[in-house]
Amino acid sequence: MSSILVQVIVGGLLLGAVYALFSSGLTLVWGMMNIVNFAHGDFVMLGMYVAFVVWTLFGAGPWAGAPLAALVLATLGVVVYFGLIRDIMKGPMLAQILGTFGLALLLRYSVFWWFGANFLSLPENLVGGTFEVAGLRIQASRLLAGAVALLVTLGLHLLLTRTSLGSKMLAVAEDSTAAQLMGIRPDTMQAIAWAIAAGATGLAGALIATFFYIVPTVGETLGIVAFVTVSLGGFGSVPGALVAGLLIGVIESLSGYLIGPVYKDMVVYSLFLGFLWFRPQGLMGKS
Amino acid sequence: MRRLLWLSVVLALVVAYPLLFSTPFQQRLGALVLLYAIAASAWNIVGGYAGQVSVGHVVFFGCGAYAAMGAYAHFALSPLVGIPVGIVISVAISAIIGVPTLRLSGHYFSMATIAVAELVRLIVTNTGYLGAAVGLSGPTVPRNVFDLSFISALPYYYLFLAVLALTLGITWWIANSRMGFYLRAIRDSERAARSLGAPASRTKLYAFMLSAGLTSVAGALYAMMFGFVDPESGLGILISVKMLIMAALGGAGLLFGPLVGAAILVPLEEISNNLLGGKGAGLTFVLYGAIIVLIARFQPGGILMLVKRMIAKRRSKLPSAEARGAAHAP
Repeated sequence: MSSILVQVIVGGLLLGAVYALFSSGLTLVWGMMNIVNFAHGDFVMLGMYVAFVVWTLFGAGPWAGAPLAALVLATLGVVVYFGLIRDIMKGPMLAQILGTFGLALLLRYSVFWWFGANFLSLPENLVGGTFEVAGLRIQASRLLAGAVALLVTLGLHLLLTRTSLGSKMLAVAEDSTAAQLMGIRPDTMQAIAWAIAAGATGLAGALIATFFYIVPTVGETLGIVAFVTVSLGGFGSVPGALVAGLLIGVIESLSGYLIGPVYKDMVVYSLFLGFLWFRPQGLMGKS
Repeated sequence: MRRLLWLSVVLALVVAYPLLFSTPFQQRLGALVLLYAIAASAWNIVGGYAGQVSVGHVVFFGCGAYAAMGAYAHFALSPLVGIPVGIVISVAISAIIGVPTLRLSGHYFSMATIAVAELVRLIVTNTGYLGAAVGLSGPTVPRNVFDLSFISALPYYYLFLAVLALTLGITWWIANSRMGFYLRAIRDSERAARSLGAPASRTKLYAFMLSAGLTSVAGALYAMMFGFVDPESGLGILISVKMLIMAALGGAGLLFGPLVGAAILVPLEEISNNLLGGKGAGLTFVLYGAIIVLIARFQPGGILMLVKRMIAKRRSKLPSAEARGAAHAP
């Protein structure tokens, strides 16, 4: 009994690391520009489809699919920034929400139109099957996804806190006019932030695709997961997203195991609404 | 004066439409335009006038639809009985969502409404009493006129027209009351509105509750016309999207904006579905997405705002020409 429970928790942590990675992308953009990307879940979905296409065309696993997904999505991020975000940021709230929401529909239904509404999946043993460690059965694909996601999320945190690029980005987030007077181009920094955020999100999508169902509407569910993670972890905080992502992964797995798979999304959504009621600044945020 | 003339011409056309265009397809199309215009106008109160973008309005739509069908399916009553029930439930839900989230910035409100919509859809899909994934049906054969089950779309057209007129009347009344001024002030700058003593949270909440109740009426009417409701047609997130995009395309925060948006988008969707068949559904929403992005990027005020601005421009030119003429005259 307890070994199954441990198994479920480990599974939740591995999934949670991927949640943390794509939520970091959302929190980065949100913290820096105070804009919520409602197409964020669909960025994850695109990452999944890139991994799927790479596998169907070249038979290559996530070794090729994940970097390529990151690259494709980073490019998309820059295009979206210059084509849409830069202008709607100055507009009313309605335009900001409409803009990214419309983008979500555009991406979701373009994929729907091209690939159809069928559930796709990558072959189960694409990444080395299942093995046993200390009595726990672990799928290699989940372990790979969890480990890479954890490393990249930590890397993002270091990038933001320990490099001059990170400092410049934070400077723009604090006060873009002041940053401009110091010779930092807010435009460039924000475009870089979008590239990093979208790239990390695409990477997470390609990683999760090795063991998750792939369908055009998956972004809706994953987008809400990202909102929950970010609101739990505090807006703009990558370490917060990491802790919250792991927590949500575990809560989801446990509720799937203890209550029933149908109810795991319900538990996560209710948790989100509960948090908005009682602690809108998140676990780590200041009140 | 000219405005009044235009308005009465348009009104006459709207009333005469199903007689001028009398094929079943055209009448049904007209009824659908009015139905979506009701829902989008209801959304407009909180989304347009108050500037709080709800993406979860389908919850209220679903409440109305399920209450109407439930009244028949479980109690063998007229679906009409479900309308007040749906309104009460919708207003209660809107208060539960609104109280915590309307205190926060607008983004939280949008996210919370999406989450609520998904949560409700999941709950209903797993609740046997509400028909689970299959949904609930209305009367297959109407017992009397109160079942509101007609073969022709004509009665629905005039019913929807009356409800739309009521909805727009309420909206107009609100917009020109003290509350309307509060709402617009909050939309333009909540901080400034608060500093001048406008009760921002409370006003937004009232607008949200009113909007929820009216949306639920639209849902009930929808279910009556189609004779059934299931989680996809009553609670799918795309219904929220339609309300939002119709209001935004026509002009969010303008009285007739949602009607204009519905009059453009409903025929567009029907035609593209007819032309493209099953695959059309995907393409229609690609188009919807593109339209929303373009509005947000280039014309957040919507079509009516564009028209208004053009008229204002022409007007501002005319008097200046007269003034110049007057200056030259002596």
